[in-house]
Order: sequence, then C-alpha cells, then structure tokens
Amino acid sequence: MADYLPHTEAELASMLGFLGLSSTAELFDAVPTALQLSRGLDMADGLPEPDTSVRFNELASKNLGSSDRLLCFAGSGAYDHELPPVVRALASRSEFVTAYTPYQPEVAQGVLQAIFEFQTMIARISGLPVANASLYDGATALVEAVNLGVASSGSSRVVLSSGVHPHWRQVVETFAQGTGHEIEVVGLKDGLTDWSAIEGTCGVIVVAQPNYLGGLEDLDAVRALCDQTGALMVVAADPVASGVLKSPGAYGADVMVGEGQGFGTALSFGGPYLGLFACTTKEIRRLPGRIVGETVDVEGRRAYVTTLRTREQDIRREKATSNVCTNQTLMAVAASIQLGWLGTEGFRELALACARGTRYLANQLSSSTTAKLLHPNMSTFRELAIRTNAPASLVIERMAAKGFLAGIAASSLTRGSDPSLDDADLNHVLLASVTERRTAAEIDAYILALEEAAA
Amino acid sequence: MSPLTQAAGGKASSAPIMGRDAEPTIFELSQPGRSSFQFRTTGIQAWTAEEMFDARFLADSKVPLAEVSERDLVAHVTRLSHRQFSVDLGAYPLGSCTMKYNPKICDTIAGLPGLAGVHPGAPAFLTQGWLEIMVTLEKALCEITGMEAATLQPAAGAAGELTGLLLMRAYHEANGDIRRRIIIPDSAHGTNPASVTLGGYEVTTVPSDDRGCVDLAALKAVLGPDVAGIMLTNPNTLGLFEEDIAEIAAAVHDVGGLLYYDGANLNAIMGVVRPGDMGFDIVHMNLHKTFATPHGGGGPGAGPVAVSSRLVEFLPGPRATEVDEGVFDWVMPPRSIGRVHGWHGNSLVLARALAYIEIHGGDGLRRVSERAVLNANWIRRRLSSVFDVAFDRPCMHEVVLSLASLRKEHGVKAIDIAKRLMEEGFHAPTVYFPLIVDEALMIEPTETESVQTLEALAQAFEVALDDAINNKEAVLAAPRTTPVGRVDEARAARQLVQTFDAR
Repeated sequence: MADYLPHTEAELASMLGFLGLSSTAELFDAVPTALQLSRGLDMADGLPEPDTSVRFNELASKNLGSSDRLLCFAGSGAYDHELPPVVRALASRSEFVTAYTPYQPEVAQGVLQAIFEFQTMIARISGLPVANASLYDGATALVEAVNLGVASSGSSRVVLSSGVHPHWRQVVETFAQGTGHEIEVVGLKDGLTDWSAIEGTCGVIVVAQPNYLGGLEDLDAVRALCDQTGALMVVAADPVASGVLKSPGAYGADVMVGEGQGFGTALSFGGPYLGLFACTTKEIRRLPGRIVGETVDVEGRRAYVTTLRTREQDIRREKATSNVCTNQTLMAVAASIQLGWLGTEGFRELALACARGTRYLANQLSSSTTAKLLHPNMSTFRELAIRTNAPASLVIERMAAKGFLAGIAASSLTRGSDPSLDDADLNHVLLASVTERRTAAEIDAYILALEEAAA
Repeated sequence: MSPLTQAAGGKASSAPIMGRDAEPTIFELSQPGRSSFQFRTTGIQAWTAEEMFDARFLADSKVPLAEVSERDLVAHVTRLSHRQFSVDLGAYPLGSCTMKYNPKICDTIAGLPGLAGVHPGAPAFLTQGWLEIMVTLEKALCEITGMEAATLQPAAGAAGELTGLLLMRAYHEANGDIRRRIIIPDSAHGTNPASVTLGGYEVTTVPSDDRGCVDLAALKAVLGPDVAGIMLTNPNTLGLFEEDIAEIAAAVHDVGGLLYYDGANLNAIMGVVRPGDMGFDIVHMNLHKTFATPHGGGGPGAGPVAVSSRLVEFLPGPRATEVDEGVFDWVMPPRSIGRVHGWHGNSLVLARALAYIEIHGGDGLRRVSERAVLNANWIRRRLSSVFDVAFDRPCMHEVVLSLASLRKEHGVKAIDIAKRLMEEGFHAPTVYFPLIVDEALMIEPTETESVQTLEALAQAFEVALDDAINNKEAVLAAPRTTPVGRVDEARAARQLVQTFDAR
C-alpha cells in the first residue's frame, strides 16, 4: 500500500464518526449508485517508489536517442544548450516548483519578482517594451500572436511564411478552425520567403527569423509589406540570435514570439517548454496570459503583483481574447536564472559560439560528396538545411548507429509536400544545428560519419 | 477537541525570515565586468560577428542582461525563494487548485537523462521508452475516466478545453451539422466561456438551482438543435456532485449535443464514478492537480483530453501508438483536427503523472479521492458552526463558505479573512470564486493534509473570525508577518511598470 496519505486507522474512524458516517463509501452518497463504478479500476496494484524508480530507469534506457548517448546535432526549435549545475540547482528549488499561481502577492514575491526580471530580460532580447509571464510553447505563443493581430488590425487575413516551423504552422491552422481566421501560407524561393504575390489588406503577417531552414530573412522588407497592407508584423524569432543579430523590435516588429527552451530548460522530449511573447505598448491591453507589474505595499516597500488582470479569462470570461490561465512559470523562472548566469557577455558569446559552430560545420561540409548545403549562398545563424543523397530519415538511422543524432528529417515535420521545399528535395533534406556544446572534434567526426551515411 | 487533534498541525508560521527589506533586482546587483557563465572549450575558430554576418543583420549593441558572479546569482535567487510560499512549506487550501503534496520521486524520474535529455524530433526508433510512457499513460487516463482514447498534447487545462471544443466542432461538421451554442453553468471556471469563444461558439449560461447544481428545467429550456454541447465540471465548482447528471446527459444527447467534462475536480471521484459512465463524450484532465505534478508557480501543467469512441478519429495527432507488441510509433488519426502543441505535449509532466498513477495503483487512486472528500467534509463540519457554508450539505473534495453576513455586520470581507489566515501560517483559500456565491471562500484541503493540520487550519479561521468581530483593524491590516504587506494593485495597473526599464 504505497501512498502519501497521513490518515491512521484511528483517525479515519474518528473523522468518519465526526461526520456521522460509518464508512468511506458513504462519503459518496450524493453519487447515484447506478453511476458508481461497481469494480476497482482495472490497473496494476500500486508500486512502491523503489520499484517505480527501477521501472522508469528501464523505460528511460529504451530511449536510445537521448543526448547522453547520441551527440546531438538536432535543432529545429529544441536545442542542446549548456544547462549548468547552478541553474539546475536554483530552478529546482521547491519554493518555485511547488507554488501555485501568485494570486496572493504577499506570499508570492519570489515568483513574482523572478517573473518581473524574466519580463525585463525578454523585452530587452526582443527589442520590444512589453513581455508577458510566458505561454505554453513557441507554437501556441504564435497562435496567441495571430489572435492578437487579428483583433488589433480588424482583418482576419493571416499571411504565414512557410519558413515558419512546420509544426507551428500546423498549430496555427488547427486553432484557426475555431476562430475562423483565413490562413494563407507563402512559399520560399531559394530558402527565403517570396512575398511577391501578397497584396491587398492583411491582418497579420508572420515571418520566422531565422526561418526553419536556417535562412535570415529580410525583415526590413517585411516591415514595409506590413505598412503597405495594414498588417501587424509578427516575428517568430530564435531568441538566442539576439545575442549578435538585430532583434525583432529593431526591425519594427509589433509582436515577437519565440521558443525559450534554450534558456534553462532541458530538451525534455518537447515539453514543458517556454512560450515567449513580447509586443509594443500599443498592444498591451490585448496581451495574452499574465503580466507582472511593480508596485508598492501598504508600507511603501517595492512589491510585485500580476496586473492588467481585467484582460484575463477569469474576469472577461466569454469576452476574453485568450483562454490562457496556467502558463509555464517554472520555465520562465529557470530562464531568468539562466539569463542571469549568461549575463550580458555570456549571451553574446552564446550566440557567437552557435554561429561559429554552424559556420565550421558548413565549411567542413564543403568537402563532402554525399551531403551539400541546400542553399549554399543563404545567410544562416545556427541551423543548416543539408541535401543528402540518401533519404534524410535513412541518414539519421545510419548516423545513430555511429553515435550521432544527425538532425531532423524535414519530411518528418511537414505533412507531405510543403511550400517551403521542392517535392524533389523533401525526403532528402536534413536539418542540422550546432550549439555552444559542440566541439571542432565532434563536428569533424560528424562530417566523417555523414560522408558514408548520406551516400 | 478530539485527542487526535491536540497534536501540533502543520503551520508555516515558524518559517524563519531575516527581515522585511525588498530584494534588489538582478539588474541592481549587476556590476560591469562581472560574469558567471562558462562554456566548453570547442577548438573552433573565433570568427568575429562581422566575419560571419552581413552588416545589415548585426545588432548595434549587446543586449544588457545582468553582470553578476555565480555566488551573487545564487544568493539572489535563494533570497527570492525565501519570499515564496509553497506546498513544501505548508498547507495550501486553495480551492479548485488541488494543492496536494508533490512526491519527490516524480521529480527524480523527470530528471533522468534518458527522459529529460531526449530531443523531441528524434525518430520513434530512438524514443521507444517515451512512446511507451505515453501509450501507458493514455491507457491509464482512459480507465480512470471511462473513455476510449486520449491526446496528451494540450499543455494545460485551458488548452484541453479548446481542444475539446474543436473536437466537438469537427464531429458536428463531419455530420454536416452546423451548431453554434455551448451551454455553461453560471458556476463554471472562467476558462470555459473564454475557450468557447475561441472555439467559434457562443455561450449560453444556465443558472444553478437552490441546491447549487444545474437547474434542470432551465437547462431543458435552452436546449435545441443549435446546441453543440455543454461543458460541466462534476463535482462542480461548489464542490457538489451534480446528482442529475444522467438526466442532463440524456437531455443534451437527445438534441444531438455532446457533453464536455472539465476535469478540474477529478481528484474527488477517482475509482468511484467515471465521466464516461456519467455520459460525457470529452474529458480534459489537469495532471497538475489530480496527479500531483508540481504547479511550478503557475505552470507547467498538462491537460490531456480523452474522448468516447465516436470522437477518436478526430483527436489531435500524431499519437503514440503500440503498432505491434512492444513496438511503438506515431500515428495520425484519420480525421485529426491537427496539432495543438509544438511537439508532443508537456512530456516531463506526463512522465511524472504516470509515475504517480503507478505508485498508487487503482485502489490507491480511489483512496486518494476518499481521503480528499473526507478531509473536505471534516473541515466543512468543523467550520460550519462558526461560518456560513454555501449550500450546506455533504460536499466532495472542496467546500465553499460565504462571508456575506460578516461583511454586512462587521465590514470584513472574504479577502480580509484570507489575508489574516496568512499570519497564522496558511496560504489563503480561493476568494471570490465561484462567482455565484457572495463573499466566497473556497477551501480544498486535499488528501495529503493530516487531521492535525486541518484542526490548526480551523483554529486559524476561528482566530481570524474573532479578530474580524473584536479587532477589526488587525484583520484589515493583515498580513503583517509576510515579506510584504498588502499590495497596491490599483497602482500596478494605473502606473504600469512591466519591466525594470519602465520604472
């Protein structure tokens, strides 16, 4: 009988007696007998903790692709960044882990101030004045950005670059079934978005920077297109790139969304991750999710509290523009710690290290006879689209046998053919990425293995 | 007082605090030139930014973050943590939030390199352990809820709600059936109506009757062929079981509508009664409530959605599936509404929840619900002689008090009592919810609190009430023992300071 219940037999009897009951079954007298489950749940008996530990270690050992077993060259929105012991230790403090939403600010200043610091850091990284307290992940943050953009512009025409991560586009399309937004996906030409066919009024224009093939888009052109069409400019950005490249705000973006996993959260098989959302002051009343503001307490001391609460679902109910309640606060706290650890210099060095590793990989690849850059003249940050002679999924399988997670097969992200790629390329495009954790020796070994695996 | 309750209960009022100064922000602790980061030695040529990028892409300057030593970072964050209440510190009777103890082993499991270190884009043959966890969890959740299949993608309860509404939409549309309304009781969580709007439907609210349950006659009056479905929480947000649920289900199904179960209160009924057996078609669960995954200060959660057989083909995907004995792969349901998460959902939360479920087993989960209901009724009975209980009859896992008479007679509100309780070492209950109860205080003790802690909580309520009547100023000034006193929320909204740079 493994559990965490404190009641002794004597206490159970006493508590039931206090209620005038003779059995725990009577606690459920309000539940019609005909509906009650007449049997036990069909499940194995409870497993003591030590056995559970053994079982999950066995399950974990079946994940042959974990980053302690295969050298990770996969990116596509999830990155194998350094997760230093100091961040792990601080972010796992149970005061943060086991707290609820900070509804009572007097006993939640720790989480509230950490979020305030997080908002400040994300605002600075995005180049925009307002950042919220987090959303579920990058993809769902983009959905919120689209909803905000439509509400703000008054037009439900949403133009989405196919350079946006295919999964993110799929999520936007799913939620458009409810909102009725018209989603128009724009193709790529030589790896960058071809906006030439876009004219007329638009509500929202979404561009990824860099796009999922790695290419750096011309955001000045996107800003001009937004001015011309009346659209809000939404940039789905890799936040790490801001360490060296111009931020979305510097290009005049109205909204930045991004995936913040790289800031203090492990690969985690895709979640929990960290949806980043930043915008202009003009849009603050439409901001989804929570936001923390600074104020004072009754004695005039600095204090923090969730604010602009009248936007939120529990107050606006059916008039709310977002239904978000629970977010990813713990990941936001971890990000504020990781960004504090990186600091001003480290954040720049992180971006440079990713870019250098990627450039080194691209350079070494030039001697390969079986794998070539898909768009060799395209400027990239830390993502490379590689055309392999063998199908990319087969390359990944062969590379795994040699100790590498070689990357992501583009075809595993798209649903069949996709406007971002030629049909001929689709099954032969390998998306690889390099973080600050990859050394020259590891990249050399990768290139050597890839030559054979991509044949 | 019973001898059982004479022992000391778990109050957090002994927690040491060094002082009541504000903690500087990390930006104020920053000194130019200090740093803590350390990276691997890569042996890669140190190309400059200018060598790597066209000048038009380059940032004009560095992003200023903070410049602190590792030691200062640790001290800053540790001090912040000491300004934060948590389940680990003490009882957290926050109604509707199910703040039960979060077993530590689940954190250890979530930290295993073989789970936490897995890239979500790695192909199925490299992630068989993860797919097995997902398939096993789906099966367990379906057994607990009496449903056929589930998606694990939704990242939180509200995401689950919207997913469920899109499933309703897909189902009706597949039948060539255009419907426009969703019915919601007036006691519902705010996420319900917000999700309905985002699902492209209109909300029709039905009132509660004098027993705190859906008014059946009023419900029948608003039912019609344009009703896509109803969203219900059962037990409802008053902590009461909707006894007419079978009749409600029949009435909604009769007009072709579907029943959506908001699983916020699933902790009350595990192994006792199942949403599927009550007639529900779609169920979301809050794993961060019922299955004890830590709330993280407001997230992450996980909101899997389980459905009856007629909705399985519409589920989000791809879904982890056992395609051959012991072999797992991703499979897209034939008429899927699509993806609702960037990857596979909040996987590490899912693993924690499965560990919790397997530690308990079926009997253990039933015991969890029994004790949750026992504790809630004990505190209800214990407080009912001194407070007005809204709808005073046996409750499920939580109980709602109304402090309307206290406000009328003494000018003390629910929020004041909540703040005064903090001085006694307890987190406040939920205040002003559900909206249909005047001056509501909602208490959910959960099953992991001992009767001694419940007694200490009851005594704290009595102290607060006594102060409200005899020492009103003390209650209005509470809390005075916490890191900050009452916070000027109006100023926060009026003079918005949303970042350090906006100060």
